Amino acid sequence: MSAATTAPAPAPAPGEPGAGADRHALADLPVVPARHPGRWVATAAVAVLLAMVASSLLTNPQWEWDVVSEYLTWPSVLEGVWATVRLTAVAAVIGFGLGTVLALMRLSRSPLLQSVSWAYSWVFRSVPLILQLLLWYNLAYLYPQLSLGIPFGPEWLTVDTLDVVDKFGAAVLGLGLSQAAYSAEIVRAGILGVDQGQHEAAAALGIPRGRQQWRIVLPQAMRTVVPTSVNEIIGLLKGTSVVYVLAYGELFYTVGVIYGRNQRVVPLLLVAAIWYLLLTTVLTVAQYYLERYYARGALRTLPPTPLQRVRWTVAVAAARVAGRPLPADLPPTFLAGARRGHLTRTDRTDRTAPSTAARTTERTGGNR
Amino acid sequence: MTSVLHAPAAAPAAAPTPATPAAPAGGHLRVRGLSKSYGTLEVLRGVDLEVRPGEVTVILGPSGSGKSTLLRLVNHLERPDHGFAALDGEVIGYARRRAGWGARRREVLRELTERDVLRQRTRIGFVFQNFHLFPHLTALENVVEAPVSAQGRPRAEVEAEARALLARVGLADKADARPRQLSGGQQQRVAIARALAVKPALLLFDEPTSALDPELVGEVLGVIRDLAHDGTTLVVVTHEIGFARDVADTVVFMDDGRVVEKGPAAQVLGSPAHPRTRAFLDKVR
Repeated sequence: MSAATTAPAPAPAPGEPGAGADRHALADLPVVPARHPGRWVATAAVAVLLAMVASSLLTNPQWEWDVVSEYLTWPSVLEGVWATVRLTAVAAVIGFGLGTVLALMRLSRSPLLQSVSWAYSWVFRSVPLILQLLLWYNLAYLYPQLSLGIPFGPEWLTVDTLDVVDKFGAAVLGLGLSQAAYSAEIVRAGILGVDQGQHEAAAALGIPRGRQQWRIVLPQAMRTVVPTSVNEIIGLLKGTSVVYVLAYGELFYTVGVIYGRNQRVVPLLLVAAIWYLLLTTVLTVAQYYLERYYARGALRTLPPTPLQRVRWTVAVAAARVAGRPLPADLPPTFLAGARRGHLTRTDRTDRTAPSTAARTTERTGGNR
Repeated sequence: MTSVLHAPAAAPAAAPTPATPAAPAGGHLRVRGLSKSYGTLEVLRGVDLEVRPGEVTVILGPSGSGKSTLLRLVNHLERPDHGFAALDGEVIGYARRRAGWGARRREVLRELTERDVLRQRTRIGFVFQNFHLFPHLTALENVVEAPVSAQGRPRAEVEAEARALLARVGLADKADARPRQLSGGQQQRVAIARALAVKPALLLFDEPTSALDPELVGEVLGVIRDLAHDGTTLVVVTHEIGFARDVADTVVFMDDGRVVEKGPAAQVLGSPAHPRTRAFLDKVR
């Protein structure tokens, strides 16, 4: 067939296998990976740069790694870390709780609710966070006492403002309320992104309105809400360092106090940096699993978790080193990727493997 | 009203193998003078329609003739400009009330709150052209959702019924699959099971097979055909003339927001009286 179709051509171009007789010999030639000289040069350059950074980190005594390691688990530093975590958690709950309410208000049919939600975002996005924090801390100046009761009517419970809005209270209010303004927009965008047909289907089934939002719309909105939200929470985590203006003992303020005393500024800043890095890592891992969870309805099969991928990669590598066939219990999609790797010894382990056959046909197919 | 309807069917759920849920008595749909405009575009111009209990009505017509809008007005997904639809004498979306004082006291149709409309909708099943299954829920959860949250029925009982419904549409083994893992025909059959789960007196189908590959159309039409035989009142908007001929008691032909012709299926499809109907049928065949 191949000979018949190529017959009218005067002659195969040099280097291009054309004659039908070569086909079988060709199928037996070993496959060698393509060369990428540019990639090698770039890799070498980056490796040298990395080595320079590593060597300076290790050899420059000014980093004072012994001081860093000493203070990394210092009791007051750990307390600061815990304070930062608490601030972030409470502010995130307030921020996203209130943010969701604001988003639903903005989407409601009442003009008053819409405008209040809009005005809230306008105000809290316009005023700098540091200014808001100081304002909340000085709430007692405006309202020395807070009371619970009927509006314009009797009051049942009265407390001193300073008892409720202490440093932690002011910090959480400032962070949470300003976060709500941003989260509202994120949640609103998520809800708007859900197909209109979903609202209609829920309405046509007679599902109550609150349940429609909670069970049908919000879980689908989460798919777009989660990535941006984790971004916001990471911002919030680092944003807690602004609370140092209230002299609240979170991580950044704590290391500041310590280096104020012992003058080891850089190592203590490093201590804080390492902790922020660790906390952000935890959030990033959480993000991965949250995204995976909310992808349930959107993907046919969920991607493997990093743990699964590591386990499978190790299994494949072990099989390669030992020259054994690839393990059979791996998912087919992953195996296909592993077989394509040029290090896989498919030719030695099992000659009749489907992948080899597929590659052969592919090659002959290219000759036609 | 809904409770009366569901009381008898709820009893035998404790049986070891839940029988296929008994078909509820079909409702009597009456549509009077329904009109709807979007801006200056008149989509429906005073449509009258009567579907007796257990009857199957197929609505045919070119696109843009107002068929889908008619269905959406019947279950009040959209508000009509004039006219109303009533199921078993209960006007959908409105309540008859007396309002005003003294000489101006008169009978009015008071718009119902969304909450009351949602309650009315549990008597009307709706099957969409694009299925609109909830993608984050499994097939079973899709079917179970409305009876539990809208009708407040016990979950265990509803789940047993839902499995029976899925079996009835031939998807007993797909209960735990999510919509994205199903073919279009399977998704539409789950959507039909979901609509049946609230035991509606009336089922509305809005072009249920238009989004399907040709070879999947048959399985969905087969399920609808079965429903037609056991007494639910059905209104089906479709382009499947063959289905209309086999299953419909009445065929309604619509054009430009009006009912042009209606009558027994054999008559309208076999010897259409109106030239517009004839032209349409010639083109579709």
